[in-house]
Amino acid sequence: MEQPYYTKKILERFIHPRNLGKIKDADGIGDTQNLRCGDLMNLYIKVAKQDGREIIKDAKFETIGCGHAIAISDMICDLVKGKTFEEAQKVGFETIVKEIGPIPPVKMHCAKLAQAALKAAIDDYLKKSKK
Amino acid sequence: MPKTYLDYAATTPCDPKVTRAMSVFLKKDFGNPSSIHNFGQKASMAIGGARQSVAEFLGCESEEIVFTGSATEADNLAIFGTVKASKITKPHIITSQIEHPAVLESCRELEKQGAEITYLPVNKDGVVEIAELKKALRPNTLLVSIIYANNEVGTIQPIAEIGELIGHAMSSGHRMSKIYFHTDAVQAANFLDCDVKKLGVDLLTLSAHKIYGPKGIGALYVKKGTPIAPVIYGGGHERGLRSGTENVAGIVGLGQAIKEIQNPKLKIQNIKIRQFRDKLIKTILKIIPGSRLNGSLTQRLANNVNISFDGAEGEAIIVMLDQKGIAASTGSACSSGSLEPSHVLLAMGLSEEQAHGSLRLTLGKLTTQQDIEKVFKVLPTVIQRLRKISGYHS
Ligand code: FES
Repeated sequence: MEQPYYTKKILERFIHPRNLGKIKDADGIGDTQNLRCGDLMNLYIKVAKQDGREIIKDAKFETIGCGHAIAISDMICDLVKGKTFEEAQKVGFETIVKEIGPIPPVKMHCAKLAQAALKAAIDDYLKKSKK
Repeated sequence: MPKTYLDYAATTPCDPKVTRAMSVFLKKDFGNPSSIHNFGQKASMAIGGARQSVAEFLGCESEEIVFTGSATEADNLAIFGTVKASKITKPHIITSQIEHPAVLESCRELEKQGAEITYLPVNKDGVVEIAELKKALRPNTLLVSIIYANNEVGTIQPIAEIGELIGHAMSSGHRMSKIYFHTDAVQAANFLDCDVKKLGVDLLTLSAHKIYGPKGIGALYVKKGTPIAPVIYGGGHERGLRSGTENVAGIVGLGQAIKEIQNPKLKIQNIKIRQFRDKLIKTILKIIPGSRLNGSLTQRLANNVNISFDGAEGEAIIVMLDQKGIAASTGSACSSGSLEPSHVLLAMGLSEEQAHGSLRLTLGKLTTQQDIEKVFKVLPTVIQRLRKISGYHS
């Protein structure tokens, strides 16, 4: 652990997350549990039509998770705004690390938690909109 | 911003008397204690003095003390060493579910090698029940290893009673071996009586850096006549039980630290620490709803506070507290980097979520009233903030 366990950027996001909370009339809600640590995450998305395509207009989250989970979820919410579902789900680990700096290897699953929650939220929307 | 350190169970700062005693053996009297010349002999004498100090603290002979590179190593020596020296082909070891990893992982390794291990449960207060231990005894039981005071929740185990029970068990029934009794007294040493005769133990582990001494030095008490084999081989230092040139300065530091914790002044300090602890527990539980104390309130080390908060995750609490100048811990610092919820809290019956949201504050001799008040000021806002992030409502 010779690298700082929490980098400056991660700390900043963790202390002042920008995309915190519920979206009241969310179009899709994803909740996931982290199987390794037992932590929980909810991710809310608001969907809009743009040029005939569905895009994520807004994304917010709530989590009982560590600082990395909080910072990464917050980052993901920023990164997926304005993207189509397909583009959004391509936001991978490398993109996150590029934005936020290195994460300790044991915390990889915290990043996955946010990705899983995003996927669940999209699935939730698709299921609802089919009916 | 003044830093408030409330993680004394992780490690303590060296007492100035300790560093002073040590520095002589890093600089002026640097000799190798195995050397016959004057430099070596000075170092050798110093080790003898430290050994004597440790022996006095434990109420034993100085030949019964083995210095090791850490308490983890001492635990390993106690467990692997007795099993190796035993003639039983399939020995049985009794330990608890709330041991330090140094003991737990050693037992797991022996289990892989074919030993039988019983991991005793604890009650919801985090204390081993004597009746359970009695039931667990088998004819091939070789070793019982129970931690004196737990490092995460500070619960004190009934070591003297267990010692007595083992004594009785040995005089009744058919046994394949004498049952040897080991305790890890690393956390206990600051606060509890460690007289090995009163406790009835054959093996006892100490660490220097938890008692205001340096890191990298531990000791194992091995009662005379206890069959034990080394785990490290070499030049035959420490009566062949721990080869390797002695860490002279470290040993001297441990000796000095042991002297200091017997200082009558410490008794008074410990009363103060206990008062701070009680105040912390009472006030936190009162001002923060959805919080609960983990571990017995009465069978508890004077310096340990361990509280779970609903809707907040332990590591996040620690990082936010650190940002505000308070150093604390979730469970044991030794296993940080592993994310699994505390095995100690799970053994006490907490759910995974509860176990993952715990905060440990451990106090020491430099803790002040201001430190305590800072916690009262900062902690509620941190918990509130994290609960907002988690969407938790009390
Ligand atoms: S440790 Fe649970 S989310 Fe990171």
